[in-house]
Amino acid sequence: MTARLYIPGDAAAVSVGADLTAEAVAAEARRLGQEVAIVRNGSRGLFWLEPMIEVAANGTRIAYGPVAPEDVPDLFAAGWLTGGTHPLCLGPTDSIPQLARQTRLVFARLGLDDPVSLEAYRSNGGLTGLHKALAMAPEAIIDTIDSAGLRGRGGAGFPTGIKWRTVLNAGSDRKYVVCNADEGDSGTFSDRMLMEGDPYSLIEGMLICGLAVGADTGYIYLRSEYPDAWKILQAAIAGATREGLLGDNVLGSGRRFDLHLFKGAGAYVCGEETALLESIEGKRGLVRAKPPLPALQGLFGQPTVVNNVITLASVPWILAHGGAAYAAYGCGRSRGTLPFQLAGNLKRPGLVEAPFGVSLRELLHDYGGGSASGRPIRAVQVGGPLGAYLPESRFDLPLDYEAFAAVGATVGHGGIVAFDDTVDMAGMARYAMAFCAQESCGKCTPCRIGSVRGVELLDAMLARRPQRSNDDTLLRDLCQTMLEGSLCAMGGMTPYPVLSALDNYPEDFGLAPRPVEKTA
Amino acid sequence: MPEQTHPGADPSGLLPALHRLQEEHGYIPDHAIAQLAKIHNLSQADIIGVIGFYHDFRRTPPGRSQLLICRAESCQAMGADALAGHASQRLGIAFGETTRDGAYTLEAAYCLGNCACSPAMMVNGKLLGRVSAERLDTLLDEIDQS
Ligand SMILES: Cc1cc2nc3c(=O)[nH]c(=O)nc-3n(C[C@H](O)[C@H](O)[C@H](O)COP(=O)(O)O)c2cc1C
Ligand code: SF4
Repeated sequence: MTARLYIPGDAAAVSVGADLTAEAVAAEARRLGQEVAIVRNGSRGLFWLEPMIEVAANGTRIAYGPVAPEDVPDLFAAGWLTGGTHPLCLGPTDSIPQLARQTRLVFARLGLDDPVSLEAYRSNGGLTGLHKALAMAPEAIIDTIDSAGLRGRGGAGFPTGIKWRTVLNAGSDRKYVVCNADEGDSGTFSDRMLMEGDPYSLIEGMLICGLAVGADTGYIYLRSEYPDAWKILQAAIAGATREGLLGDNVLGSGRRFDLHLFKGAGAYVCGEETALLESIEGKRGLVRAKPPLPALQGLFGQPTVVNNVITLASVPWILAHGGAAYAAYGCGRSRGTLPFQLAGNLKRPGLVEAPFGVSLRELLHDYGGGSASGRPIRAVQVGGPLGAYLPESRFDLPLDYEAFAAVGATVGHGGIVAFDDTVDMAGMARYAMAFCAQESCGKCTPCRIGSVRGVELLDAMLARRPQRSNDDTLLRDLCQTMLEGSLCAMGGMTPYPVLSALDNYPEDFGLAPRPVEKTA
Repeated sequence: MPEQTHPGADPSGLLPALHRLQEEHGYIPDHAIAQLAKIHNLSQADIIGVIGFYHDFRRTPPGRSQLLICRAESCQAMGADALAGHASQRLGIAFGETTRDGAYTLEAAYCLGNCACSPAMMVNGKLLGRVSAERLDTLLDEIDQS
């Protein structure tokens, strides 16, 4: 009997040797005269276990990992094709504690099968949402999104239904759906995983959005750092076109939808939605002043939905299961789940889809296993390079848009980067300013000039610890100017990491330690 | 495969065209700029402005091997600065430079989306995770010998 093995083709899994392990498995099977079928699936997101191989034994998937090529002969000898015991055996995949505890709605299909097989997508619940949407009026689709309480996962948390309704009601016979797949935030990789591991869910989400707002053309703006996602999306778009999911007659409905893949060129600011539109139009990625909103005058001046990958990929689940089912998860005004990304100095980094309301401590310790170095976790940056640094006293804060905003922090795209106690927070503040100086689009002064002055100021402060001047007051002033005077969140939020570092770790700047009570 | 450009919206083809040129030559050669200006109905200054805005595009040939080391937060938390220092020292160049013999270009990336396997880097377009100084040395030895 042919044994079936799943070896992730995900770029991160391959980056730690999944291809070499796959070759070793094929070679050893040949040597033993054992017939095996190797499926290159997406990753389950348990990256400390990658390359993680699953074996389908008697209807159950048994996981082994991390599997290096040299482990392979031993695994065959241990009878892994029938789930044999071995030190690398992790038991049934579904029972791995860090996976079993998750609430996988949007990432439910991740790692199940070959990501470009539309057949596999269908048999795992795909296209149910689209079929429902095809039978619904646009208003009804948007009502469902409203009732789910879905908010944009790209960072700003803007209600998706409101954005869609604006585009629906905009008078124009040409409208666009643009997927923001620029995923520039450091510490984030959920968009990449989803596009590589379940591309049809993004395509389905964009199709449903097109039906809801009356758009027949979509663009996926994909960052150039993701060549593997590019190939998989290309294959999925080709597959969807072949099967009549995309094109003139979507699933025989008489509706049309064309989808284009567009490659970015390494500019962080092009993740900002209006800079992204400029970039598709072939220009420098300069941020546009709003109004006009892209929903009214977006791509090529036409009404345009711009949504993040995860926002759009959440849509099929919501349509399939109903808005209330989605809204049943979460807390406060943050409904549903967020795929959190655990990164940096953690023992068990990876993707954790959990309802809003989960605490940082749970994510860092119960899922993340504490620091990789074994030293105390001293600072955690949440929400990408423009996110605040949080000290241990904040670890019980629930992950919720409003709770984070209330303490001057942001959930953003759900990236969580942990640092142990060897980190120099003044250095991290300098890095934040330098990143802004490097990536500023240059349109407005507080960001373009402010960030450069910020680097100079921090260089001076770093060279002179303990501080004897009032440079910290100057730094606060500068941050205030950037906060209040910048056109977009690039300049407007760079002060978050800088000020939170200064507030929570003054001793790293050579300033007197702060009093014990909590400040933001 | 649907084409990447929007029909009827002329300049939108510029980024795809620049990507194609760079794939073919490794950089955007000067002679292509005048041509692009003509095709896209833009001035040469416009084209140069666009090339200059995006970090991906370069106007000079890169080294035969391109090393991109991630220097963003997650990788910093896992020792990327030391890795970057090691690479720089071994190659004898700073970030943004190419070795004299044209063998290597060393560049910084700000997130490769491999943050759960930090520190990360890309070698000639191939993503690597959990990169130690030793693993980098082995890799560079292999490239040196090939
Ligand atoms: C500097 C900057 C970078 C951004 N980068 C991204 C990004 O990489 N991906 C993303 O989805 N949104 C990014 N955004 C947010 C977008 O401007 C926009 O809010 C988002 O795409 C809207 O989609 P959503 O409502 O689904 O979140 C960025 C914003 C700024 C200011
Ligand atoms: S804040 Fe910075 S990135 Fe945003 S528009 Fe101003 S200069 Fe451009």
